[in-house]
Amino acid sequence: MSRTPLDTVEHAAATPDVELPWAELGLKKDEYERVVEILGRRPTGAELAMYSVMWSEHCSYKSSKVHLRQFGEKAPRSDALLVGIGENAGVVDVGQGYAVTFKVESHNHPSYVEPYQGAATGVGGIVRDIIAMGARPVAVVDPLRFGAADHPDTKRVLPGVVAGIGGYGNCLGLPNIGGEVVFDACYQGNPLVNAGAIGVMRHEDIHLAKASGAGNKVILYGARTGGDGIGGASILASETFDDAKPSKRPAVQVGDPFQEKLLIECTLEAFAEKLVVGIQDLGAAGLSCATSELASNGSGGMRVTLDDVPLRDSTLSPEEILMSESQERMCAVVEPEKVDRFLEICDKWDVIATVIGEVTDGDRLEIFWHGGKIVDVDPRTVAHDGPVYERPYARPDWQDALQADDANKLPRPGTGEELKDQVLKLVGSPNQASKQWITQQYDHFVQGNTVLAQPEDSGMIRVDEESGLGVAIATDGNGRYAKLDPYTGAQLALAEAYRNVATTGAKPLAVSDCLNFGSPEDPAVMWQFAEAVRGLADGCLQLGTPVTGGNVSLYNQTGEAAIHPTPVVAVLGVIDDVARRTPVAFQEDGQLLYLLGDTREEFGGSAWSQVIHGHLGGLPPKVDLERERLLGEILISASRDGMIDSAHDLSDGGLVQAVVESALLGGRGARLVVPDGLDAFTFLFSESAGRAVVAVPRSEEVRFNDMCGARGLPVTRIGVVDGDAVEVQGEFTLSLAELREAHEGTIPGLLG
Amino acid sequence: MTARIGVVTFPGSLDDRDTQRAIRVAGAEPVALWHKDKDLKQVDAVVLCGGFSYGDYLRAGAIARFSPVMDTVIDQAKAGLPVLGICNGFQILTEAHLLPGGMLGNDHLHFICRDQKLRVENADTAWTGDYTAGQEIHIPLKNMDGRYVADRRTLDELEAEGRVAFRYLDMNPNGSLNDIAGITNAAGNVVGLMPHPEHAVEPLIGTGRTDGLPFFTSILKKLVNA
Repeated sequence: MSRTPLDTVEHAAATPDVELPWAELGLKKDEYERVVEILGRRPTGAELAMYSVMWSEHCSYKSSKVHLRQFGEKAPRSDALLVGIGENAGVVDVGQGYAVTFKVESHNHPSYVEPYQGAATGVGGIVRDIIAMGARPVAVVDPLRFGAADHPDTKRVLPGVVAGIGGYGNCLGLPNIGGEVVFDACYQGNPLVNAGAIGVMRHEDIHLAKASGAGNKVILYGARTGGDGIGGASILASETFDDAKPSKRPAVQVGDPFQEKLLIECTLEAFAEKLVVGIQDLGAAGLSCATSELASNGSGGMRVTLDDVPLRDSTLSPEEILMSESQERMCAVVEPEKVDRFLEICDKWDVIATVIGEVTDGDRLEIFWHGGKIVDVDPRTVAHDGPVYERPYARPDWQDALQADDANKLPRPGTGEELKDQVLKLVGSPNQASKQWITQQYDHFVQGNTVLAQPEDSGMIRVDEESGLGVAIATDGNGRYAKLDPYTGAQLALAEAYRNVATTGAKPLAVSDCLNFGSPEDPAVMWQFAEAVRGLADGCLQLGTPVTGGNVSLYNQTGEAAIHPTPVVAVLGVIDDVARRTPVAFQEDGQLLYLLGDTREEFGGSAWSQVIHGHLGGLPPKVDLERERLLGEILISASRDGMIDSAHDLSDGGLVQAVVESALLGGRGARLVVPDGLDAFTFLFSESAGRAVVAVPRSEEVRFNDMCGARGLPVTRIGVVDGDAVEVQGEFTLSLAELREAHEGTIPGLLG
Repeated sequence: MTARIGVVTFPGSLDDRDTQRAIRVAGAEPVALWHKDKDLKQVDAVVLCGGFSYGDYLRAGAIARFSPVMDTVIDQAKAGLPVLGICNGFQILTEAHLLPGGMLGNDHLHFICRDQKLRVENADTAWTGDYTAGQEIHIPLKNMDGRYVADRRTLDELEAEGRVAFRYLDMNPNGSLNDIAGITNAAGNVVGLMPHPEHAVEPLIGTGRTDGLPFFTSILKKLVNA
């Protein structure tokens, strides 16, 4: 069999007319022409491989960039932000010398193709982003969305995704403390598997992805490089190089959490000894990304010898090595005199580590293979100067009709008996039902710092054993609201996550997001995206919580049918002493229940409209971010001063859903009275934002009311914690046993 | 004086630092031990903690059992050194034949993490002296391969000799025979169980109970009074 001569830079310059498979690699004609213009010649195969992956939508954000700029332009002033957008993950100051890094990413498409590995490697990737900042990962969260709960394919996708998240996260020793599980037919062919992680470090330990200092060594460590996750490169390989090789390779990577656990420990040990100048994890685009990002963020250039990369498959071509997305690999820049110690630590943990190159004086990224130079580029042009598109966008013509289809006009329950029946249906519906069957497959306890985990409003982790300093995180998103109005929907997601963090007693500090949308080539989808980003950026500015980073996942679409626009927002908060956290569960009979905030007739996009009527139309609940901020302050003060013993935010499902959850978790019922000015139905099912229900010990009643009165927050006494049933006076009574059966039986019944 | 209790870290150990913390909370001194090191640093007792040693890619605990550190642990355990195996540590103890039987995958085939009710069946071991026999406690359970199995004769022997140390109550979370959650050797110095007492030592953390603390105070008392 014959082999084409090595496509070196020299060879490329001498053979300008060689046709390269740029289209198969996903580049547009003008993008390819731009590469030629940048280089002043045709690219080599290896250069083409690098540009094609780094200029992909996934890596370059070429469709979303023009909108995402708002997160920087509208960023609120915040003293808490230590590292902002652009690094592997944002870093926030939480006080006492501690910094916290957190981020949410998507692994949607692979999780549909191969649910277990897709989800597992999603966890692996986000955790490496956290390590790369210098932090020890301390928790993960997983916002998930699937097709209809009773669809046969959901039974394939969901258990695999859950087992993959558990299989990887549990084996890494990371407590899973939060997330969501949502079912909707719009996600049938496009489940959303978003994975978030939090890490903790001291301020002085923050590390950045940059290669500085000529002569410093570039060390690749972790798993060997294999042919997994190459995707389009297989086409390149089969067309240009060796015909005898297997041409199709699995596009989904395979995770090895054990290897990643070793990678965490050995990286942290190297950090502790201050051996690392710069670091970058290998995720999407593998070595192409790591080398070009490290080199372009540093002061010098970089020279890499690809022959030194440890391989799982010795037949890999240089293009494939550059594009491989084999998991559990990291790249560190280390001063020459510290290399031996670095390699020693890797050896201690049985992690393979190899010097593959060094930082140079120049400004070029040069890569060699078999003695020939196959890449000679300005790394910035690969990593940062990708194409930017102003995609056309337009409000879809169906939006008006959708909003005119008012959910407030749907038939409502007329009697106590009907209300009772609808409450049971609601709390037993797949979206509102207990997710315990899923969450009990995740380890919540490992590391011994978990203060709160799902189904609490936010997950909470103790950071300092002495002082009790802790951090809280909540992720929220409601695709139904966002479909009705993407601007408001994004703000509602932000408001809910903000509220969830405050409800547990923590002060919201910063935001990360995962923006899941359909195809950017559809102007309607692009409009949804633009509106959601605008809403989120405006909202973050108003609440004073900067966006520290995040992820965009486009093309979540099967044929013409896009998913609901689904911005998922993660809010990170800090609490001075975790002993003061507020749980969801009712703690003691006799405590008084108060509803905070205003309740209006708002049913557009509500759980009630979905469960009872299968309806989606009208407008989502109104957002008042100043009110959210006030509510948050009240909840935090009440927790700090011991005025409330439990609290639950009100969101999908409304008040009755919140009360039922608090009752079931606490094993104590509640007697509720419909307040003056509200009808029982609106009281129970409305989804007005900016609300929470709290349980106040009688001894604190006056103090709590005074505080709310003085701050101008509407507060309504709605009942008392008592007994073993949820009773709405004059309407109906449901025993905890009946409620438990409805709430906890649904998911095991569908999936168990 | 206090006792020095070693905690072994294998590659893939997850609860090593948690276990060290639990030992500290109980008032003893934790000592980190490394799997490649035969030296036990003259500790008074050893805990093999939870995790996925070597990824559990072979049978859980099957590779860790051959670590250099285990040669010493096995020798000294036979000579009376108190050893506690938690979860993966329990699996390693059965692989090392310090305890009989073995663990299979949970009967429902899922990882399970829950606050598990147990009954203390034997309060006379080195690790259970601060409990009373028959006491009911809640300890977090989290595992993939927690189904305790042994042949009939071994089970009869364990039952007859009172060597079932802990039994699952209310529900059997993994299909373990005789609802066995933990066992002891005949001498009472080697104890293994699937639930995680180190996750139940502080009122605020995890499940909010401290039912696991007596494991660590029991051994401390025994060592200090010895």
